[in-house]
Amino acid sequence: MMFDVTMAAILVTMALALSRALLGPSLYDRILAVNMFGTKTVLAIAVLGFLMGRPEFLDLSLVYGVINYIGVIAILKFFESGDLAHPGHFGE
Amino acid sequence: MGELLNILSWICLLLGSFFAVSGGIGLMRFPDFFSRLHPAGITDTLGAALILIGLMFQAGFNLISVKLMMILAFLLLTTPTATHALAKSALHGNLRPLTGQSLKR
Repeated sequence: MMFDVTMAAILVTMALALSRALLGPSLYDRILAVNMFGTKTVLAIAVLGFLMGRPEFLDLSLVYGVINYIGVIAILKFFESGDLAHPGHFGE
Repeated sequence: MGELLNILSWICLLLGSFFAVSGGIGLMRFPDFFSRLHPAGITDTLGAALILIGLMFQAGFNLISVKLMMILAFLLLTTPTATHALAKSALHGNLRPLTGQSLKR
């Protein structure tokens, strides 16, 4: 029963993060909301693994966390220096 | 002993859910991007940590808890760096924080 409450809370947070992603005035609000949504997905997969009694879901959530982090950094690099190909000059 | 673990995990899960939802609400209500970094950080680190610790209590002392600890360690390491890179990139994209002068009230 406890996992249902946690799952509901995570889904509510995801909905709030999505609405901030849609409303967010600046680009960086949207990236922040998507990053938070990704972290909540990591938690949701872990809790679902416990709900459905399948421990291998934890590997999925770990991989999802890695991909989410790399995606956010790639998006930031793209918007900072125009393209992903050349080594960026963060900060100039 | 089993009952104590259950109660502990329920408390951690409830607290984690509370912080997750409060962070989500904070993300909606805060006025400016740089102030919104704070609730996003709360849910990513504290909410996630409490929920994962609650799951660890449920899982007991086996490989599942080790995996949960790895997820927790990874989240606690990368989420602050992502938030820092985000703020640095926002400042680079000349998005200035809302300071006292710009408030017209």
